[in-house]
Amino acid sequence: MGKTLFDKVWDAHVVRKVEDGPDVFFIDRHFIHEVTSPVAFVGLKNRGIGVMYPEKTFATADHNTPTWNQHLPVADPLSAKQLEALANNAAEYGISHWGLGHEDNGIVHIVGPENGITLPGATIVCGDSHTSTHGAFGAIAFGIGTSEVEMVLSTQCIMQPKPKKMRININGKLGFGVTPKDVALYIISQQTTSGATGYFVEYAGEVFENMSMEGRMTVCNLSIEMGARGGMIAPDETTFEYIKGRRMAPKGADWDKALAYWKTLKTDDDAVFDAEYTYDAADIEPMITYGTNPGMGIGVTQCIPTADQVEGGKETYKKSLGYMKFNEGDDMLGKPVDFVFLGSCTNGRIEDFRAFCSIVEGRQKADNITAWLVPGSHKVVDQIKAEGLDKILTEAGFVLREPGCSACLAMNDDKVPAGKLAVSTSNRNFEGRQGPGSRTLLASPLVAAATAVEGVVTDPRVLINA
Amino acid sequence: MAYDKFEVLTSTAIPLPIENVDTDQIIPARFLKATERVGFGENFFRDWRYDAEGNPIADFPLNDPKYAGSKILVGGKNFGSGSSREHAAWSVYDYGLRCVISSFFADIFRNNCLNVGVLPVQVSAEFAQKLFDAIEADPKTEIKVDLPNQTVTLVATGESESFDINGYKKGNMLNGFDDIDYLQNMKEEIRAFEAKQEIY
Repeated sequence: MGKTLFDKVWDAHVVRKVEDGPDVFFIDRHFIHEVTSPVAFVGLKNRGIGVMYPEKTFATADHNTPTWNQHLPVADPLSAKQLEALANNAAEYGISHWGLGHEDNGIVHIVGPENGITLPGATIVCGDSHTSTHGAFGAIAFGIGTSEVEMVLSTQCIMQPKPKKMRININGKLGFGVTPKDVALYIISQQTTSGATGYFVEYAGEVFENMSMEGRMTVCNLSIEMGARGGMIAPDETTFEYIKGRRMAPKGADWDKALAYWKTLKTDDDAVFDAEYTYDAADIEPMITYGTNPGMGIGVTQCIPTADQVEGGKETYKKSLGYMKFNEGDDMLGKPVDFVFLGSCTNGRIEDFRAFCSIVEGRQKADNITAWLVPGSHKVVDQIKAEGLDKILTEAGFVLREPGCSACLAMNDDKVPAGKLAVSTSNRNFEGRQGPGSRTLLASPLVAAATAVEGVVTDPRVLINA
Repeated sequence: MAYDKFEVLTSTAIPLPIENVDTDQIIPARFLKATERVGFGENFFRDWRYDAEGNPIADFPLNDPKYAGSKILVGGKNFGSGSSREHAAWSVYDYGLRCVISSFFADIFRNNCLNVGVLPVQVSAEFAQKLFDAIEADPKTEIKVDLPNQTVTLVATGESESFDINGYKKGNMLNGFDDIDYLQNMKEEIRAFEAKQEIY
């Protein structure tokens, strides 16, 4: 029987199979950040053990960093202490560190790919569930807990049972104004927030083959939101073209050797998946969420389902709508919005800023909207400026902030106040995710832009036509 | 030894019959700023336990004196979804709980629990409902979680169901060992494996 892409990469990294237990799984690339790594380093010290392969771990500061005046000392003492711990631990153990202000600094899942650290066929982990982003390159990438961060630091391995395999196929062509974010939110709405729990997902079909690397990253990023440990897409010419020449990617003879191997990384025709789903691209429209988990999403022109129309517990559903202050049957279009957030590891790349600008160019930010536009890295900032997008944004009344995770999880000052409604290009709409009492609608950069200029939830297709 | 051994636990239980409880609720992101593992129990379910002024929300089960001292939490389906923050599992442990029972767990949370000494027990939806009903009828209902025999039992009626856990993890929980202890003993094998890697 043939192997899936996932099997090929997984099996190449099993150091030992534990009887009636997990696999000892070797990790090629390990990212760490300031929030989930300090306790792991304390663990190393308490046990009196060191870092086995410091050159395989990469540290960047992103989760709690300010997105304004980064040249000044970090005001919040607890955040400052975490950032200092990351810097000190990296220095002590010889780990490369891209701290605040460093030219390579940015959100961990954005700086990895843009520096050529993320490669096809690699195993990549980080103490962050959106590590699934890197699966866009045909890597096995997933989030881990802090105990596992300590394991990787000390032994370059973790102990994992091999997940089951799922394939999601989408064929056909995406409609006008439909972005990779909408594809992902659509899949999650079909799978629910737990439908892919226990699985590793391969995305296949025309829609993904025609998607850019950045789009693929957005889709794989959101795999965790349907419960999957991760998602991956077979590497192809689009992948190789993206990686070639990046600073830390293989060069010369190493490149040729790697490329020959990467071309073998695809699912065999006779491979079998534990579950398989097929969707039609024509069924996907610009999406928006209305509830308190990412599975609660609908087309932006639709109205909120009634409790009778959804699977699962009615009480939980009503609690969720109650938190959102929405009613069953409400239209999403036209709902007044207070905040718009463009950014995060989901939608903080250059294509996302281009998409946002395509809508706001020649228009003005609505007065009732507070907008936070947060590029994913300094390199994204540089590209925004090189393309003149910053001027478009300024003329439309927007201000560009400095890189970081920002309002996606609101560990810094970018908090949506209690009761306020935000359209956010990030990945989670959980209660209080963007600040205590905040209410979040997840959507694409196009929907966010259309909402930012109209002040209410808006279908971007109306503005593109106009 | 990373945590206290787990063998047989008999305790009353806190019911939380809400589905899709995510780790942002179990421990909100603003409480992830510690550089050491201390104090997470205080902020366990912070925003469901306390209102914006810091007053306890009376009808939230964790604030209900009927359940004081419980070592078990019975949660709704898809418990622990979302963020990989191990702080969520730490907050369960630090609050004083050793076991979470649900009809379905999110993957990373389940893994994290096993790594920090909290036993995740997955039961059928029917048995989970039976537990919720029994606790509602009598908050002092005792539940016995027997790890060696892999069973969970309603003490009063003897109704019981078995649960799965792989032999390796079971051994760890019974002995209070963790994966790091295991991995430390195979460094030579790991070194030999790494030496064969050509591309990465």
